[in-house]
Amino acid sequence: MAAKGKDGREKNRRGAVITWVIIALIYVGVFVAEQLLPPTSMLFTVLKKGATYALVAVSMNLLNGFTGIFSLGQAGFMLIGAYVFAIFTIPVEVRGSVYQYFDGGLVQFTLPVPVAMVLSGLAAAFFAFLIGLPVLRLKSDYLAIATLGFAEIIRAIFQWNQLGPVTNGSNMLRLFPKFNDFNITDAQGNVIVYLSTLVPFLITGLCIGLIVLLLHSGYGRALRAIRDDEIAAEAMGINLAHHKQLAFCISSFFAGVGGAMLAMYQTTVQAKSFTTAMTYEILLIVVIGGIGSVTGSVLSSFLFVACSEWWLRFLDEQQVIGDFQVPLLRNGFRLVVFSIIIMVVVLFFRRGIMGTRELPDLFRPRRKEAALK
Amino acid sequence: MWNTIFPYLLSGISVGGQYALIAIGYTMVYGILRLINFAHGDVFMVAGIVMVYLAASGLPLYVTIPLVLVITAAIGFLIERVAYKPLRSAPRMSVMISAIGVSYTLQNLVLYITGGLNKQYPTIPWISDSVTIGSATTKLVTVITPVLTIVLVVALVLLINKTKIGMAMRAVSKDFETSQLMGIKINSVISVTFVTGSFLAAVGSVLYFTNYPTVIQTSGAMPGLKAFVAAVFGGIGSIPGAVIGAFIIGIMENIIKGLDVILFKAGVISKPLGLATFSDAFTFALLIIILVVKPTGLFGEKATDKV
Repeated sequence: MAAKGKDGREKNRRGAVITWVIIALIYVGVFVAEQLLPPTSMLFTVLKKGATYALVAVSMNLLNGFTGIFSLGQAGFMLIGAYVFAIFTIPVEVRGSVYQYFDGGLVQFTLPVPVAMVLSGLAAAFFAFLIGLPVLRLKSDYLAIATLGFAEIIRAIFQWNQLGPVTNGSNMLRLFPKFNDFNITDAQGNVIVYLSTLVPFLITGLCIGLIVLLLHSGYGRALRAIRDDEIAAEAMGINLAHHKQLAFCISSFFAGVGGAMLAMYQTTVQAKSFTTAMTYEILLIVVIGGIGSVTGSVLSSFLFVACSEWWLRFLDEQQVIGDFQVPLLRNGFRLVVFSIIIMVVVLFFRRGIMGTRELPDLFRPRRKEAALK
Repeated sequence: MWNTIFPYLLSGISVGGQYALIAIGYTMVYGILRLINFAHGDVFMVAGIVMVYLAASGLPLYVTIPLVLVITAAIGFLIERVAYKPLRSAPRMSVMISAIGVSYTLQNLVLYITGGLNKQYPTIPWISDSVTIGSATTKLVTVITPVLTIVLVVALVLLINKTKIGMAMRAVSKDFETSQLMGIKINSVISVTFVTGSFLAAVGSVLYFTNYPTVIQTSGAMPGLKAFVAAVFGGIGSIPGAVIGAFIIGIMENIIKGLDVILFKAGVISKPLGLATFSDAFTFALLIIILVVKPTGLFGEKATDKV
């Protein structure tokens, strides 16, 4: 793209405009669909969970794809986010029943949802800062295993009975606000405007927008330089420790916010569900989407969630066509098919759906066409 | 005091031996491919599942146990050929992702086959017998594990130091490209490494599941990770290091499991603190500490990165 003339820049602007139009259409589409379709439709489950996973996947991509830090601590940071959100938003009057083994718990106040979400991000970022100090000095696979271990430590701490008054021990946290509470209701409790899918979309959109802005700033270029060649980047005057720490904290901040969203989606939070398997799942989403592409991560999050929750569900049930019972189909087959698809992507389509391209790049005219003009 | 600690110490040594057998697989593969084989813990779990199904088919034990070892070794060989060999020249991150993919696939495959239910591991006579040592009553496997582990490790070290294939392994782990130029068939060396590692993991699984007799698709994840930590702790690439690391981790973990009881009996604490929650977390804390203080581990060689 070196010889991009005035014409090329013009076309690129066209790409940007088309991108904005597409994004706007998606939001309008989500809003309209929500008003028209029944709220129990599978579509909304997929959209809500997809939006949550999209944010977490993009935050992981910021580290693994753009900074070249192979971190596997995502589940741990999500756990922190989910817990902080839940702890501070459970209404005071129901705390007694949630913290039934701990006399209603220690925290006896409730924060508004947006404040709690920012707080959950900040808490995750703070832990990331602490763990980043020793761990970020490590190289690729050691870093991976150290962050993985850190996530396991966090999981154990949150399950510790002595912290029960705050974290409810290994018991479930529940009765905090959920996505459905964003719907606007009238006095009788009838829903006037459905917002339960649009709001997660807005949160994810805002957060991903911030990440994209960061990636386009000088910091973003520095991060990419670190990914491509650490030593060269250092020689160019980029402070490695500072930039890695920054990327790690920012990524964890958004993972924390994603954790809060996951809490709202699931309506309950329990530490034992934030396993390494969850991190692996998010990593595989990032890989399928293309390591180093924000658009790819978002697309593949929705694809992944749609396949696992909706489109491939039929593989888990016995199917009879006429008199013929399709063999192999029973509980768990969906996941087998899924794993095989993932292995094929990992082995043969290593660039994933998008490679390193973004949405505007798709509308950039090919060089040949540009040359013909 | 001693009577309280002794049973935990004993089971720690036993678990340590089982971790050691898994850790060798990690450390050998890392030594040669510079790859954390995330699927190794799942190979260990698959060995358990294979045993469950073979025993259910009614074959006698002297057939099933060797068969489990052979099948597991074959699985290890297949995984390497299918998932790692095509990525030989790819960046390290891709191979690691492929390993995570294999781990995911194995777990889901077992979930599909078993229906996600706990499977009862068959009782192996003689090694499941109870014995009483000092103040502790335990299964005979607890005593056999460390002995068997040490015998196998000695055999392995002899294999690596005295045979031609062992020499090839050492050469490949020193310098991948040069050994290729010297006419070493890299692919067969790597295959032998995977076969050996999986074989030892299968031995480990027979011992481990005799103590913890249920198998489910996730039962390989934790032992796998801990064995990896043991390998790092001892200095990755070093077989004696991995074994010593595994014993240390096994013992520490079990002591922490019993720490509430031990401290209570010693009169340090008056009510249980629930410290057993941290038996897994402790392993990882140890990992982070060792990585920060001495990244090469106890016996690891210092590797210099050339620019």
